[in-house]
Amino acid sequence: MKIVCRCQDVTEEEVVAALRQGATTIDEIKRLVRAGMGPCQGRTCRRLVSQIIARELKEPMAQVFPPTFRPPNRPVPFKLVMAEYERQEADERKKAAKAKGGKK
Amino acid sequence: MKTRFDAIIIGGGILGVSIAYELAKAGLKNICVLERHYLASGSTGRCGGGFRQQWSTEPNTRLAMASVKRLEGIEAELGYQTEFFQGGYLIVAHSDEEVAQFRKNVAMQQRLGLDVKMVGPDQAREIVPHLDVSKIKMATWCPTDGHISPFLLTQAYANAAKRLGAEIHLWTTVTGLMKKSNTFFVMTDKGPYECNLLFNCAGSFARTIGSMINVDIPVDPYRHEILVTEPVERLWNPMVISFGIGLYTRQEKNGGVVMGMGDPNEPVGTCVGSSMHFMYEMSRRFTTLFPKLAGLRIVRQWAGLYEMTADAQPILGPVDEVENFYQASGFSGHGLMLAPAVSQLMAEQVTTGRTSIPIDDLHVRRLRGAQAVHREKSVV
Repeated sequence: MKIVCRCQDVTEEEVVAALRQGATTIDEIKRLVRAGMGPCQGRTCRRLVSQIIARELKEPMAQVFPPTFRPPNRPVPFKLVMAEYERQEADERKKAAKAKGGKK
Repeated sequence: MKTRFDAIIIGGGILGVSIAYELAKAGLKNICVLERHYLASGSTGRCGGGFRQQWSTEPNTRLAMASVKRLEGIEAELGYQTEFFQGGYLIVAHSDEEVAQFRKNVAMQQRLGLDVKMVGPDQAREIVPHLDVSKIKMATWCPTDGHISPFLLTQAYANAAKRLGAEIHLWTTVTGLMKKSNTFFVMTDKGPYECNLLFNCAGSFARTIGSMINVDIPVDPYRHEILVTEPVERLWNPMVISFGIGLYTRQEKNGGVVMGMGDPNEPVGTCVGSSMHFMYEMSRRFTTLFPKLAGLRIVRQWAGLYEMTADAQPILGPVDEVENFYQASGFSGHGLMLAPAVSQLMAEQVTTGRTSIPIDDLHVRRLRGAQAVHREKSVV
């Protein structure tokens, strides 16, 4: 048993089984067996999955349809997103106050 | 490659594949699904995956109840695991107006025979322990609602349809339509197809498909964004909805918490890109209702399209202008949960001319002209 996606414990056999059902792209594999849905978002398994697709469908790696890359780049907690939002709001307010002060 | 079929279905989302399966099951031969990309690559594969029976209008409630009944036996019938889970739906009310509307909804739903009730804040906290109940007045609770994996359900229907002889042609874009005597000519980037029955299951692109043969399908696509967190231990079972705050959230089988929201400022369009605004706004709304979960980490955000109609109810059945051109679109964000019932009704309509649940009220003609429409209110 070879693990391909270590975030979601997806094995090579599961990827091959998904290909046998008619999948041809990395995104379809992701939807069917969850390879690439974990915390690393496919950083490890993306290449492995595309290698398996190329091997099984007997086409060059360059022909494998590229997956969609989605934000965020790293896992981010809600409170950090909120803190950043508040910081930006405060910045905006400061800028607005400064612009008003400048006019006097 | 075969290009002459009895029935062609445009769209390989949940509606397209489920209708293909039901038609094949009803005895039709020579069915083909045409899909622009791959199965569930449009709205189906991007949705929140919930199914609920708690609606504000009778047609939607009836359809949804039939759908859930059907879903209960779907894994055995199609022979495929779909992560079907009846964890319930908890819909929270924040104001007296909402409570009044919910009481009306629950009375109507109970009259139709649904197991649904109003619960107080304390009971709501028992069902969803992380909820900040100081923000809510009442909630409605239906234990037979739940959620399912949209990809696996689509694949289950597709595999079953293929076993019954239906074909699914992926990476085939429909570019034009024409009807001559009783034959439809479907132009695609892979060449022309012919058929006698044509189904428009193109979701957000239903209007485009209709316009190819001069039939107005008043469906407007709006982007709805959604995100998922890292997998964590089981927090709660149901889907939680707040129309007041404008969010829905559920925990997937593998532990990630999926959540999405409606944005009234979203313009009409087919863009499915992600925005920073959504991440801020979603974080604010989620932590308002679940302050204890502010430390959860977001791993991915994406977006899909709600194909909205003026009354937020689907367009089903034939059209007046072109014979044998059937519509199943305009689900306004609820295609996955209605598909199991709708696909059966469409097959009944085609094979017998009658349906076990009346769908005449959902004919496209209701949306044309200036008559008032009875709008579904329970939409996030």
